[in-house]
Amino acid sequence: MTNIQYFAPRTLDEAIGAFAAAGSAARIMAGGTDLLVQMRSGAVRPGLIVDIKKIAEMTGIEETANGGFRIGAAVPGAVLAEHARFGKVWPGVLEAINLIGSTQVQGRASAGGNLCNGSPAGDSVPAMIAAGSIATVHGPNGRRQMPVEEVPAGPGQTCLAPGEILVSFTFPPRPFGSGDAYLRMIPRTEMDIAVVGCGVSLTLNDGICTAARVSLGAVAPTVLLVEAAAKALIGTRLETAALDAAAEACRAACRPIDDKRGTIAYRTKVAGVLLKRTVAIAAQRAGGN
Amino acid sequence: MAKLHVSTTINGEPAEFLCEPYETMLDALRGPLGLTGSKEGCASGDCGACSITLDDRLVCSCLMLAAEAEGRQVHTIEGMAQGDRLHPLQQKFLEMAALQCGICTSGMLIASEALLQKNPRPSEEEVRFWLAGNLCRCTGYDKIVRAVLETAADTREAVQ
Repeated sequence: MTNIQYFAPRTLDEAIGAFAAAGSAARIMAGGTDLLVQMRSGAVRPGLIVDIKKIAEMTGIEETANGGFRIGAAVPGAVLAEHARFGKVWPGVLEAINLIGSTQVQGRASAGGNLCNGSPAGDSVPAMIAAGSIATVHGPNGRRQMPVEEVPAGPGQTCLAPGEILVSFTFPPRPFGSGDAYLRMIPRTEMDIAVVGCGVSLTLNDGICTAARVSLGAVAPTVLLVEAAAKALIGTRLETAALDAAAEACRAACRPIDDKRGTIAYRTKVAGVLLKRTVAIAAQRAGGN
Repeated sequence: MAKLHVSTTINGEPAEFLCEPYETMLDALRGPLGLTGSKEGCASGDCGACSITLDDRLVCSCLMLAAEAEGRQVHTIEGMAQGDRLHPLQQKFLEMAALQCGICTSGMLIASEALLQKNPRPSEEEVRFWLAGNLCRCTGYDKIVRAVLETAADTREAVQ
């Protein structure tokens, strides 16, 4: 592991310049909880490590004028958990981010890193997709925005162009009567990788579901936005028939693999079960708002 | 390639060291800095034996580059006792036999100290979740969890 350079710029322009110039040999480091493990195992041998944690825009948490949030891509989970407002507005997103690894990992790991690591089982990703979060990316050709669900391209792959860096996530303002939740199935209580993950965000008006987004993790090569499940919920009172239809839509969307964590049949079945449980939590939170 | 020169603060004292860009903080602690209290169990962030705090934030030193310590405050197990006077958590771990082989102990202590600073009244469940990233293959965890809870209770009594 020789000829590795470490660079910790204070501005995004410096980071983009160095990252683009180094080409495919460079790696962005936020918390480093995936990168250092990959380097240690020999899976990744970067020529340049660009540490983005000294760039203010990438480590800041900001409540926007319209009541939304902008979260820097490198904000650690433990820091986000200490924010006075974010977890009250987006409890499901915060829970999902806080499920990544141990207390120690939470001190470093970020939602931006979780997304760019490209794991279909990343816990924060379904919750952010359900929330309608928008990713801001910046590269040599300037800045653009894309919905979080358009970032993953496959296991370990993203749709970011060469030289582009994920800068921040924007969360939309929250209508009255909204709630979100994230649940994952793991065979133990802590410190494990999702067999299936489910994120739900919805809005209730007089008991009627007026808006919903549903996302599933670990059941396909990328985390999925399941629009058919959301459609099955919108316009209903979340009665049994609607939940059954949404669960069926989730099962239909699954394209999982068989591996040591779960079989295709098990993952598909659990996706429907998790949908119902996650909707119940999101609806309870929506009723309280 | 030239090594990086890092100026940092370790357990309240200024410290300087040289490191390769790819070396971890744990490499630096156990190598040039000679602070071998932090242990390498897994080197992948699973076991917590290398736990330290960085600007009061609990982290695995195996998942942090040594170069990142520049200008930061690092706290390790070597800074826990005040001279010959053990930290209350260390004393309680001894009294309650909350350790056997000792490999996990420095990480358990650093993580427990961080917990009690953040939450002086943790429930048993909160202790167990907080320490879920610290693996112990000897004790079965029960004595460790009890020692942390008793230390918290003693500290509250002492304050009152």
